Amino acid sequence: MKSKVFASCADAVRDIPDGAVIAYGGFAAMGAAPNLLQALADQGAKNLTFVTNTPRGSPNFPAGTPDFGLLCERGQVKKVICAFTAPTRASQIVAFSKYYEAGLVEAELVPQGTIAERLRAAGAGIPAFYTPTAVGTELAEGKETRIFNGREYLLEHALPVDYAFIRAHRADAFGNLQFRRSQRNFNPVMAMAARTVIVEIEQDILPVGAIDPDHVHTSGVFVHRMVRIKPPPDAWWPVAGKAVES
Amino acid sequence: MSGAQKPAGQKPVGLTRQQMCNRLAAEFQDGWIVNLGLGIPTLCSNASFGDRQIIFHSENGVIGYGALAKPGEEDLHLTNAGAQYVTLNPGAAIVHHADAFAMIRSGRIDVTVLGAYEVADNGDFANWKMAGQKGGGIGGAMDLAVGAKHVYLAMEHTTRDGKPRLVERCAIPVTARGVVSLVVTNLGLFEVTKHGFLLREIAPGVSIDTVKATTGGRLTVPATVPTVRVAGA
Repeated sequence: MKSKVFASCADAVRDIPDGAVIAYGGFAAMGAAPNLLQALADQGAKNLTFVTNTPRGSPNFPAGTPDFGLLCERGQVKKVICAFTAPTRASQIVAFSKYYEAGLVEAELVPQGTIAERLRAAGAGIPAFYTPTAVGTELAEGKETRIFNGREYLLEHALPVDYAFIRAHRADAFGNLQFRRSQRNFNPVMAMAARTVIVEIEQDILPVGAIDPDHVHTSGVFVHRMVRIKPPPDAWWPVAGKAVES
Repeated sequence: MSGAQKPAGQKPVGLTRQQMCNRLAAEFQDGWIVNLGLGIPTLCSNASFGDRQIIFHSENGVIGYGALAKPGEEDLHLTNAGAQYVTLNPGAAIVHHADAFAMIRSGRIDVTVLGAYEVADNGDFANWKMAGQKGGGIGGAMDLAVGAKHVYLAMEHTTRDGKPRLVERCAIPVTARGVVSLVVTNLGLFEVTKHGFLLREIAPGVSIDTVKATTGGRLTVPATVPTVRVAGA
């Protein structure tokens, strides 16, 4: 079997073409894959569409960590499908927002649970589903609705993607993944939704069989490429610092 | 920590943000699964729950988080939905995002406390997009608003220039329709009924006339209105 282990993030993203649709994992820095994002910025693919919770970056990464502001600055981003385009506090400055508000980048706002379920559906062979979320709001305009048991629901479509960039704590050579704590978040459903799944791994990649089958969170069936990232400070890792809330 | 109620130069009126959240937290019942939104609602987790066991649910799949991590003791793999480094309480579990929202939409969350720009007297509310804004921030609010058994709001009573935030109908795009049951503001505690807002309790030092003058929409003021208890706040 061909090895899924790549020597570097650059190697793992080398063939990503212009126009690719990429799910970018993580929530509040945990599970995000900034080392892959940096490699993609350096690789230079353009006209990209991203699916991600927020293009804002995270206060839990050190300053200078690659985010969507960097990719926008380099003219690589066409569109972001996300749950936030604006900061949650007026005092926050978000590099992405500048490009979005100037009309240089498109965005599609989607409720967070609907993003997760659209990804899950794509990975589960389900083309569409009905949800109660966003009924009666601006986001429901033009969408098909249906009443079940007296309640109105919106039809939402699966969201398949070409690539997923995610991060995991441990992996074996087959690609069985273990996440740690809140690092899991969107990553399992993004892995399901993508044709090619690329994973930053935080620890040395283990021999096949080294992870107890009961302790695998995402099966290697869903995983295609892995890179063992360097420990801090030689790669991007979350840091302790000021959180967004006061 | 709780910040000023008004911009600099204006005297804060009524309850502090922590007192507002303490009042809502007094409604939480033993064993409830609780989700707190960004902003003011986060402060509900600082309230004293006595013998009541409360399980805090976070959109990123952390079920049963505890106090904020002490500086120097942060687990760099663990935050709540507000990106705060937290601890886990005994019995905590981690699920992925789709499961965290499955819990939300399927009615497993007993109460969500959210912030809001506006709430209407029919239970509609708006918290994701300001007037004239391009885009916005939805996060998990639309899912929580339709899925949680109870939707409470913790918000300022008026805008910075004194306009009511409790209104007849929302002027900005709504988050969900007809879902809000209880609202705490710096001026008091309001229930949303089929007859509009009902003033259940008033903040210490605030007059009924002030509440009437700064509330839009239908407002019912009972003959006797108890004062919000702020002991221990």
